[in-house]
Amino acid sequence: MTPYGSFTFFIIIAILLAPTIILGLRGKRFHTYNMLTTIAALGLIFSSSLNQALALILFTIWQVLLIRLYIHYRKQSNGNGIFYSAVFLSILPLAVSKLLPYFSHISVIGFLGISYLTFKGTQIIMEIRDGLIKKELPLSKLLYFILFFPTISSGPIDRYRRFEKDLEAQMSGDDYKQLLYDGINKIFLGFLYKYIIGYSINHFFIANLRFIAHSQFQHHLYYMYAYSLYLFFDFAGYSAFAIGVSYIMGIKSPENFNKPFISRNIKDFWNRWHLSLSFWFRDYVYMRFVFWMTKKKWIKNRNIVSNLGYILLFLIMGFWHGLEIQYILYGIYHALLMVLYNSFERFNKKHKWWPNNKFTHVAAIIITFHFICFGFYIFSGQLFQKGV
Amino acid sequence: MEFKNEVIALLAEICQDDVVKENPDIDLFTSGLLDSFGTVELLVQAEERFNILIPITEFDRESWNTPNNIANLLADRR
Repeated sequence: MTPYGSFTFFIIIAILLAPTIILGLRGKRFHTYNMLTTIAALGLIFSSSLNQALALILFTIWQVLLIRLYIHYRKQSNGNGIFYSAVFLSILPLAVSKLLPYFSHISVIGFLGISYLTFKGTQIIMEIRDGLIKKELPLSKLLYFILFFPTISSGPIDRYRRFEKDLEAQMSGDDYKQLLYDGINKIFLGFLYKYIIGYSINHFFIANLRFIAHSQFQHHLYYMYAYSLYLFFDFAGYSAFAIGVSYIMGIKSPENFNKPFISRNIKDFWNRWHLSLSFWFRDYVYMRFVFWMTKKKWIKNRNIVSNLGYILLFLIMGFWHGLEIQYILYGIYHALLMVLYNSFERFNKKHKWWPNNKFTHVAAIIITFHFICFGFYIFSGQLFQKGV
Repeated sequence: MEFKNEVIALLAEICQDDVVKENPDIDLFTSGLLDSFGTVELLVQAEERFNILIPITEFDRESWNTPNNIANLLADRR
């Protein structure tokens, strides 16, 4: 069963979470019950495919073993080689599941959500390396963090230390009431976004484009803007469901969107679009790369270091979305935009060429919007489809 | 007090803006003064100048947000 894919799913979740809500409103602890709910919900989500369920179990055992072994090792020493190997091994299942279909017909290794779950495992390895996670992680909490069902299929990507704080927080009935209210609110926002606005754009506009557009060019142009809006409402709607259900379970999963279409520039856009993913890449790829380059002093020029960091980040992000040509190009496109914007920002700081006022703010939003939409147009793969 | 001034001077260098000295309670991230690149510079400099080691993952933008807060958090770790 696809998470948030049908009314049946929502009804089952509502029934499963009824005891959670009663416990929460009475100010009682409910995380043990929620862990059981997660097992039930996972059973429901993966019931249609035994292969996927098995892959999920193997993946989880692999990540937990790796994390346990690395914590154990890290208590005694802190070698670079072991750290890099641990990161490599934590990404390995994802890499194999993406690459294998190109080499053979076996496709049992992948499962719904593997891309998102990998982030959680790798992130824990990095925080152990940094000495922020020191103690042995209790198995139940670690499993609950990795397998937390509301966010299992497509995030938002949470962080272990944040998640654990929520687990330990003492909440009164009144606190929970507010959280419950916010959660339900988000779920209904999700209905509006995904099943009313997103659905309408797709069903009434994109599906009928052949009758609406008068030329090939018009077709592609309309598709570009319609798809961008659809992608936002569909994914923001899904995220609202995931965050809303998390709230009801007492976990404040991080936000994924913050009005991305009013971004003033491309840097601003990445602070507003798919936040939990772009922040992950910022903290665990870009900043680590820049830190390492600055300390080693291999390249003196700060702008080159920063630009190389962006190129690395967006190339990895492209590959992470998939190995299809449109995703790789999408990564390259955003890397290019970031590098160009970086140069522009530096130039402007010196020469004050682009003044900062209400008019230029609006102009900047409009310009950025078109660049963003073109990026989604690449992402959609429509460029590479023949005979539309 | 002297340490605090040194940190704020460092921040002014990194942000290339003296507003950091005039208003040490300004939010460096929402005002656009500090970005991820600047943050890394701050962490590298904290290690080189003050010998304070802060892992990247410990730096979160909610608590390390103003010059005053950064100075206090660094002072705690001396």
